[in-house]
Order: sequence, then C-alpha cells, then structure tokens
Amino acid sequence: MELLAHAARDGAAPDLNVLLAQVPYCAWLGLTARVADGRVVFEMPFAPKLIGNPVIPAIHGGVIGSLLETAALVQTVWDTKAQSFPKPVDITIDYLRTARAATSFASATLARQGRRVVNVHATMWQDDEARPVAGLRGHFLLA
Amino acid sequence: MSDNPSEMMQRFAAASQGGTAFMSGLGAQVIAFAPGRNTMRLPYAPHIVGNPDTGVVHGGVITGLLDQACGMAVGTALAAARQDGEPMRGIATLDLRIDYLRAAKPHADITVVGECVKITRQIVFARGRAFQDESEEPIALATGTFMITEIRMG
Repeated sequence: MELLAHAARDGAAPDLNVLLAQVPYCAWLGLTARVADGRVVFEMPFAPKLIGNPVIPAIHGGVIGSLLETAALVQTVWDTKAQSFPKPVDITIDYLRTARAATSFASATLARQGRRVVNVHATMWQDDEARPVAGLRGHFLLA
Repeated sequence: MSDNPSEMMQRFAAASQGGTAFMSGLGAQVIAFAPGRNTMRLPYAPHIVGNPDTGVVHGGVITGLLDQACGMAVGTALAAARQDGEPMRGIATLDLRIDYLRAAKPHADITVVGECVKITRQIVFARGRAFQDESEEPIALATGTFMITEIRMG
C-alpha cells in the first residue's frame, strides 16, 4: 500500500507517527506512538470530544474500542511488516474500569500469527498499567 | 422524573444527540427511537476514514456507533420498564463483540440499529447491526452485554 510504503521508505521500521498522522480518524483522535522497552505504546491525550458520559466524565466506549483496535492493527503491521492494512474480522472488547478524563495508553501483542490471520490482544490503561481500563481480543486478516 | 414515557424518550434522544460529545464529533444523529430500540445515522466525512488509500471508514467508528446504539436501546428499555418510585438505573458496558462482515463502502452513510433483547435483574443483553443501503444487508453485527448500575443523584 502506498501509505505504508511511504512510512517505511527509509527501509527501517515504519515510522508509526507518520502512519498515524496520515490516517484521518487516528489524527482526529490525537493518537501517537512510541517504542519503549522493545514494544509499541500508543498514546491518546484526553479531549472533550472523546466524552461519552458527561456526568462522570468518562471517555466513550467507542473511543476505547477505537484506540484498542488501532493498537491491534498497527502492532500487526509492525510485527508482520505488512504493506497493506490488515482487515478486522472480529473484535471483542472487555470494559474493566471507567476511562476517566485523562491520557490513555494502549499496547498490543500478537497472540498467534498465522499465514493469513492473526489473533491480537490489546490492553488500554491510564495512570497505572497494572489497572487496565479495557482489553481487546481480535482477529485480523492479512491482505 | 416524568411519568410520561414519550417525554422520557424525548429526553433520551435529546441527551444522546447533544450530550454525547463523541457522537456529535463523529457527526452521528439519532433518527428513530423507541423503548429498547434505537437507530442512528452517520454521514460519510473525511475525519472518520481509517484507510486513506481506499477511503474506507475506520472500524473503531463502527464500533463506536454500535456501542452507542446498543447502550441507548438498553437505556430506553430500562427507563420504560421502570416502576413508579423505583430508583433510576444506569448501565455500564461489560463487553462488546463486533463482527465486521464486509468493509463499509466509502462515501455512503452508515446506519446502525441497536436492540435490547433481554433485561434480567442485573444484566441486560443487546444486539446491534450496521448497514448502508435499503437492502439493510449488514456490514457489521454487534453483541453487547451491560450491567445495571444505580444512579446516585447529587
């Protein structure tokens, strides 16, 4: 794919922030990524437009799903060096705690990498990684 | 709280359109609602694209719509089932499963329908589907499970 080829043009691993900035919805969510301790950590600063429950206030469950699905998808691109975006087949999101009005983080691991399909687990947290806000399991089809 | 169910439903619809910043930000609107059933529509827009090469909408957008539609369906079902004198009940999503049956067509509206299928004492079950044209052939299906919570006023 043109976008991934561009992001990887230096022959190194794709520059994930170039990639995220060029995906309109990821840019709208404000997602960035960095590599820390050999793994990719995704970051989403809080913004009022992310609110789903104004009383608490809490981040919308769909935003949580969007962060987790992006982490799973981009981690798959990173690990498989895919040249096109994998296609989501199914995802299950477990909501564990309220996502407060604070910066959120996510990371993902490929639990199983087949030739055509990957099984990915992703976790989202806020101030304490040991107290996850939500988790995702999903299957993605490698193009 | 009003004893008039339709007024209650109107408030739910108003709250869902004006009170949920994320849905407003996406550009989604409630187009039909009844106790236990909610329909929303999202017009295609540049900021919801997940694949800039193809223009296909990000899966997370569809997840968000289905989460909202299922949650609203459960919320309106609980409100309609509430007896006089009972406390208001809120909901928390336990889990949400999405099957992406096929990629959404670019430049076309997405419609989602959420339906409450069963209320138990503590847990509520919902189903949702997303489609794009009149045939209503689904592009995605959702299964959501919600826990009933107490709303503390003040």
